[in-house]
Amino acid sequence: MQIEVKNIYKSFKDVHAVQGISFVIPAGEFVALLGPNGAGKTTTVEMMEGLRKPDSGEIRIQGKTWQKNEKELRKIIGLSLQETRFPEKLTCRETLRLFASFFELGSERVDEVIELTDLGSKAKSLVGTLSGGQRQRLALAVSLLNRPEILFLDEPTTGLDPHSRLDLWNILKTLKDEGNTTLILTTHYMEEAESLCDRIIIIDEGKILKEGRLEDLLNENARNLDELFIQLTGGKKLLENISIV
Amino acid sequence: MKSFKNKQLYQLTLTQILETIREPEVLFWGIIFPVLISIGLGLAFTQDSEAKFRIVIVENSPARLDSLLSVYALTETEKQGEVHIWKITDDALGNTEFRFLRNDWNTGIVSLKRGEADLLISDSLGAIHYHFDPHNSQSQLAYLKLSTLLESPVPLQQNSSTGVEPLKLKGVRYIDFLVPGLIAFGIMGSMMWGVSYTLIERRSQKLLRRMVATPMKKTNFIFAMMFVRILMNFIEAVIIFFAAALLFGIEIQGNIGALIFLFLAGNIAFTGIAVLVSCRTSKTEVGTGWINAVQMPMMILSGIFFSYHNFPSWSIPFIKLLPLTALTDGMRSIFNEGAGWMEILSPSIALSAFGFICFAIGMKLFKWY
Ligand SMILES: Nc1ncnc2c1ncn2[C@@H]1O[C@H](COP(=O)(O)OP(=O)(O)OP(=O)(O)O)[C@@H](O)[C@H]1O
Ligand SMILES: [Mg+2]
Repeated sequence: MQIEVKNIYKSFKDVHAVQGISFVIPAGEFVALLGPNGAGKTTTVEMMEGLRKPDSGEIRIQGKTWQKNEKELRKIIGLSLQETRFPEKLTCRETLRLFASFFELGSERVDEVIELTDLGSKAKSLVGTLSGGQRQRLALAVSLLNRPEILFLDEPTTGLDPHSRLDLWNILKTLKDEGNTTLILTTHYMEEAESLCDRIIIIDEGKILKEGRLEDLLNENARNLDELFIQLTGGKKLLENISIV
Repeated sequence: MKSFKNKQLYQLTLTQILETIREPEVLFWGIIFPVLISIGLGLAFTQDSEAKFRIVIVENSPARLDSLLSVYALTETEKQGEVHIWKITDDALGNTEFRFLRNDWNTGIVSLKRGEADLLISDSLGAIHYHFDPHNSQSQLAYLKLSTLLESPVPLQQNSSTGVEPLKLKGVRYIDFLVPGLIAFGIMGSMMWGVSYTLIERRSQKLLRRMVATPMKKTNFIFAMMFVRILMNFIEAVIIFFAAALLFGIEIQGNIGALIFLFLAGNIAFTGIAVLVSCRTSKTEVGTGWINAVQMPMMILSGIFFSYHNFPSWSIPFIKLLPLTALTDGMRSIFNEGAGWMEILSPSIALSAFGFICFAIGMKLFKWY
């Protein structure tokens, strides 16, 4: 198993952000964490990335834990955070060069990821002058530098236009075809989960509501993911509202 | 062999430098502004070679003073009214200029409070009365000089300055006092703003979190930042020094090696403080508050612009413990007193040790994400 998450909990003061989540992800699988705002997706992913410590529960990546094997794990994972602002006064290439040096990689790999994420025309532009979509692509490029075995992407396509989103999906599909990467992705977009991921985990209020392959999740009440999502997370509230009216 | 350009430390340092020089404001506030300040202050306080005293005559003018003024003083009409200017030249004590202005009592008091006047004089039954704050040494001096002058308006050269031998030494002017202080002050400012503020800003941008999510070595990151700042501080110090040497002829009388050693120790001390100050918060407003809380007291107490020996004597041992005081005093002793390794060894070690302790505590508490 690439990733094992066992019954993790995390609270911030009075907010119970994650309340007992468990799942396992085999190597090469693409998994989507789907859920409304504040569901606990970012918190869950950041615990898997070793950036937050769970209050209780256990996370193992390739059988190793963050407490004991942080150094090795940092080398094999790639990630993009929900919001990172790279230094505005560096160019894309300089930013990539900097991050590449953390993995002891040189300019050849930088050129490769620039090519892969189609940032060639922007390589010499200052990050401060990039559009939102270009910044997202830069974040993806940074996350791919070390050819990560496990890639965590937190809302990689939020705020992108349909065209840019498709571009990004295509990059990820290439990775999937190569088969060397395990992907954990959080999103609000059903199509994204549908078209990219083998398995979907639906989270709300810090708990898993449902998980499985797309075909298994759908039934006569929920013919597509949108319906399922509403049924699981908002359906009850929706009905209550209707009855008031 | 891997190219050294692929090394973290090299890339971290390079990007720090690029970011700094691409932000023109940073260069202005970090290097040009302090140089301008020191030139401005230096010009303001060294050109003026005569002592000026401003005196307000209240009530009916004393008859004796009037007759003296009509003989010795020039009368000029200025904005405030008629001013009598009485100049005394004295090779030994330096030139003195008294400026007399007539006004009513209340206005006189107001100008005294504002520092526009040093002394009020009035006449009571033919005797001159002096009114001033006895705690104000400038007023006191004005009183002593003026009362002596009025007793013998034409001083004979030899008796006015018997036994006075003016010193024409290097390193006793205000500019000599100011420049080492400004260099020390520049180190503090640059570290506090450059390191603390940058760290807090990067934390708030989630960039720190992104960086430590890689195999980057945290100490490399901090060292690169410190290294770039030391480099900038060095350039700044060299510019200030050469500007002051060119304009005012200041000199380093002591050991230059010792000066560089002390300079580095000061940089280490303030890097430590800067890291400690910025170790937790991700709010730049909070950070600004902390930076000011550290800087303000030292700026006032450590004797950058005027000597801290004016503070009450019980406070002086505490003032001497401040890192900026240690650094400033050490720099001054090398610049103006010809100090060498022996004199600055212990303050340098104390400063570095203090820096390392703050740094260690800061790193322990440091919030990377
Ligand atoms: N640092 C924090 N301090 C306090 N509360 C937090 C913190 N981080 C997250 N929370 C809370 O934890 C809950 C889960 O947040 P999380 O960011 O994991 O949600 P999310 O599913 O990623 O939402 P979104 O889709 O909006 O990104 C929210 O209620 C949030 O307010
Ligand atoms: Mg989130």
